Amino acid sequence: MNPEQEQRYQKRLKARRRADRRFRVFGILAIVIAILFLVVFFIDIIGKGHMAFVQANVEVDLHYNKKSSINYRLAVDKEYQKIVSRSVLRVIPKRMKDNPGLRGTSETAWVLATADVDQYLKGKVSRLQDREKEVVDRLRKEGRIKLKFNSGFFTRGDSKLPEAAGIWSALVGSLYVLLITLTCSVPVGVMTAIYLEEFAVDNWITRLIEVNINNLAAIPSILFGLLGLSIIIGVFGAPRSSALVGGVTLGLMMLPVIIISSRAALRAVPDSIREGATGVGASRWQVVQHHVLPLALPGIMTGTILSLAQAMGETAPLLIVGLMAYIPDSPNSVLEGATVLPAQIFTWFSDSQRAFAERTAAGILVLLVVLLTLNAGAIWLRRLTERRW
Amino acid sequence: MTLTESIEYLFTGLAVFGSGAFALGFHRAQKISDQGIRLNSRASHYGAYALLWFALPFIALASGAVLLHLQQIFTFPLGLALLLAFAAGLLGWFHAMRKISAGLRARAAVERVIAWALLAAASISVLTTIGIVGSIFFESVRFFHIVPLWDFITGTEWAPETAFIQSQGEARAGEGFAEPKFGAVPIFAGTFMITGIAMLVAVPIGVMSAVYMSEYAPRKVRAFAKPLLEILAGIPTVVYGFFAAVTMAPLVVKAAEFMGLGASFENALTPGIVMGIMIIPFISSLSDDVISAVPNSLREGALALGSTRAETIKKVVLPAALPGIVSAVLLGVSRAVGETMIVVMAAGLRPNLTWNPLEAMTTVTVRMVSSLVGDQAFDSPETLSAFALGLGLFVVTLVMNVIAAMVVRRFRQRYEL
Amino acid sequence: MLMTTLAMESETIAGAGRIEEATQEAVPAPLQSKLSIKSVDFFYDKFQALYDVSLEIPKGQVTALIGPSGCGKSTLLRCLNRMNDLVPEARLEGEILFNGKDLYAPEIDVVDVRRQIGMVFQKPNPFPKSIYENIAYAPRIHGVVRSRSEMDGLIEACLKRVGLWDEVSDRLDQPGTSLSGGQQQRLCIARTIAVEPEVLLMDEPCSALDPIATARVEDLIAELKEDFTVVIVTHNMQQATRVSDRTAFFLLGKIIEFGDTSNLFSNPENQETEDYISGRFG
Repeated sequence: MNPEQEQRYQKRLKARRRADRRFRVFGILAIVIAILFLVVFFIDIIGKGHMAFVQANVEVDLHYNKKSSINYRLAVDKEYQKIVSRSVLRVIPKRMKDNPGLRGTSETAWVLATADVDQYLKGKVSRLQDREKEVVDRLRKEGRIKLKFNSGFFTRGDSKLPEAAGIWSALVGSLYVLLITLTCSVPVGVMTAIYLEEFAVDNWITRLIEVNINNLAAIPSILFGLLGLSIIIGVFGAPRSSALVGGVTLGLMMLPVIIISSRAALRAVPDSIREGATGVGASRWQVVQHHVLPLALPGIMTGTILSLAQAMGETAPLLIVGLMAYIPDSPNSVLEGATVLPAQIFTWFSDSQRAFAERTAAGILVLLVVLLTLNAGAIWLRRLTERRW
Repeated sequence: MTLTESIEYLFTGLAVFGSGAFALGFHRAQKISDQGIRLNSRASHYGAYALLWFALPFIALASGAVLLHLQQIFTFPLGLALLLAFAAGLLGWFHAMRKISAGLRARAAVERVIAWALLAAASISVLTTIGIVGSIFFESVRFFHIVPLWDFITGTEWAPETAFIQSQGEARAGEGFAEPKFGAVPIFAGTFMITGIAMLVAVPIGVMSAVYMSEYAPRKVRAFAKPLLEILAGIPTVVYGFFAAVTMAPLVVKAAEFMGLGASFENALTPGIVMGIMIIPFISSLSDDVISAVPNSLREGALALGSTRAETIKKVVLPAALPGIVSAVLLGVSRAVGETMIVVMAAGLRPNLTWNPLEAMTTVTVRMVSSLVGDQAFDSPETLSAFALGLGLFVVTLVMNVIAAMVVRRFRQRYEL
Repeated sequence: MLMTTLAMESETIAGAGRIEEATQEAVPAPLQSKLSIKSVDFFYDKFQALYDVSLEIPKGQVTALIGPSGCGKSTLLRCLNRMNDLVPEARLEGEILFNGKDLYAPEIDVVDVRRQIGMVFQKPNPFPKSIYENIAYAPRIHGVVRSRSEMDGLIEACLKRVGLWDEVSDRLDQPGTSLSGGQQQRLCIARTIAVEPEVLLMDEPCSALDPIATARVEDLIAELKEDFTVVIVTHNMQQATRVSDRTAFFLLGKIIEFGDTSNLFSNPENQETEDYISGRFG
């Protein structure tokens, strides 16, 4: 290099060094942005939802008498009528009917307060009148109104009253749907994977199936909803909004995911094992049944749990096949109308009553905990069964 | 007898009689073996042989009857169908029992059935695709009988509100209601606007974090950051939607006000940004894979010529990985286009043809959900329009996926991966 | 051509020094040392790959590093242009002087080091770009070429230098990967000399090539030593005798013997060297 070139080179070298450092900073920045979002996101959701795990309860005298059997509002003193939740009061006539001994008595009990009282206690926007707020403040001083752990959130179904709405029926619905999803997708998915990895010869049918699976994996989930609507409901006559149609729809959607992960698990079994078994006279199927499948099973299970987590959070196709019905009681069979956890979250989100916002976030927290548990389970299983060949 | 009951009978019958068939076949083979005759296969294979001869005719007849019943093509007493199915199964079983002998190649026969069953399972995924394409296509054709295809593709106005009146037939014709309009342009425009915003967020952050992860990050940082990004991928879309609508939208509106701009709470920017964040891990993990697949010899070659790290990445590694990154981006686009919950919760319902991302606009998936979740009759034009929109969505995503697959195949060939 | 004039310049300076020394002493001129390696220990985390290696690499000569695989010869080569910096948890003790300056001193820019000490790898690794771009890459990033015509001239000179010009001058826009293995390796050499490094490191440059391509690359090495100091790692002893002036024999991370190639092969001082070159192990 001549001196002039050398000079230019040296001048550039500093700028290049700076560009080098800048580029690295961009990379760090990208990661930091992504992780920062995650942190903000979790803080936000926890901040919005954690208060739903406590709920305002009030200590009142419940009167079981003739008046309250006709007009349930009269079961409490007038002062409390706007304070005690209707979900408590409206069952009083029925309780009296079921249990005639109650008639004429009265009892002091801790019962649910209305959502407005609850929101007022939590310092949020509330529709309580000033007069009612005074009552609530007084009761709070007397210790007769308190925020207590909200067990009803986990044991009750949906309700039009925010204070009485819970996620139990949605959890049961999710369980039903996932059970059907599993029974649909796991056997078919694993069999497909076995066929493609162990039996298929390279011909146009195999290639068609492979191309098809890859495409199926990338089809938007909402289109599976259309499939459920027009084929599973329209052609096969499954009842709309039922866990059955939701489960089958999700099962078909999860099929490619399970096939792909099962194939990976099967492929991880070294050929020497197949050759060894074939060498002692095992047939193709026996090789699979006795050797390959047991060895691939942990991998297949890990993949299945992960796809389960994915199915658990899926919403769009289930909305299309109607799994967002209003379900106050948990379904007793897969043919009854059901809702699932994410759909319940969506329903609460869409409700105009402000008190539902808190419950929406709490529902999200429950969903996230379930998903994290599933994922942690999959990771644990993978660690437990990890094997190096 | 109701259908549910008879299906219960079918399953119990299958379980009870099936195990009986297996046991008897097994027993017969064992007896032959006890006589000191060498069997061609294991006794359990003969059991399975007998079981299959019972179960296959049984299942074939039973499922045929159930299907016919469901389709109401031909209904006959369910009890009779049940009886027929059992008769067919037993007939098959008799045949099997008669054939069981030491020379019968039961294992080969059973395994042949297994192989066919595996192929049948594999074909279910193909049937699913056919089902999706078929259902979308046929309902779309019905829609295009009502609304001309050309109006759908080029129309700039979408106003289906009066469609239900039209479906009432002639009875209320001429009452002076506005014609429903099904012009899909503003809907697709909204979709592409939100997708574009999402990609503006996801591509730089996704690719740069992949670069950092695979080229710079020390092992410890990688072990910490990669699972965190995966958590981002595991968050359900309904949760992103909630975050977008409840937390992000007010922030965006405030930021816009701060800059002196007016923004709607259902602006396109909010779902776009949140969707972009959702897609980051998707793009970064695919890009990470392809960047890691670029042979190390290229990196060494560039470094040995005196390149800095950044120059090596920008001028050698990224160009070499470009096909893979392009296909990751295309798959990301196809995800964003088909994403539903975020836009349902955070974007608008009203189609709006505009370039301003601060205005409310709607997307294909939002329209699909809102027209299918309502109480419309199944064959009203508005319901059918969801299928036509679905067809558009399917075509767009399919094209993206196919191009992505082709590009990535070329990448694989180049490095013989 | 630009490059040849430069090369001549440096040669005259070096030559002058040599003549001066030669007049003082009547013995053959002591060779000027381009790289001097002074008791280097090298570790990959806990594994020690080099033990107390000292070596003077003379200027303008071809030095061959031979030895059985795993003996540390490639490790040493990669220390010479700090390619081992890329290996996390790798550590070097001792010092390596390049033109009398410590290569591993903190103020040294590793980019600068690698521009002056180029490297050619075992497997040809052309970038997935055109032939032209492969060679233009380094001059461009270093900013030593200002105009397109200057670049064209440089590329022609480099390709001519490695004897590739006649073969590829009509298809400079074709991808470098479309060439044959031997051509690819010569392209990689051309790519490296385009920024006029002072030293060329070659890590078994012919091990992936067929015999004819190997012969061409060997001829090229013989020509290149006029302008560059060459250090070549090879597992092929015939190749070492054919191309190198001096040879160092490595065993288990230690230098066993170092000397004139002809001496080392015809008359090894060390029993282990003799065993190795006569094919008793390795």
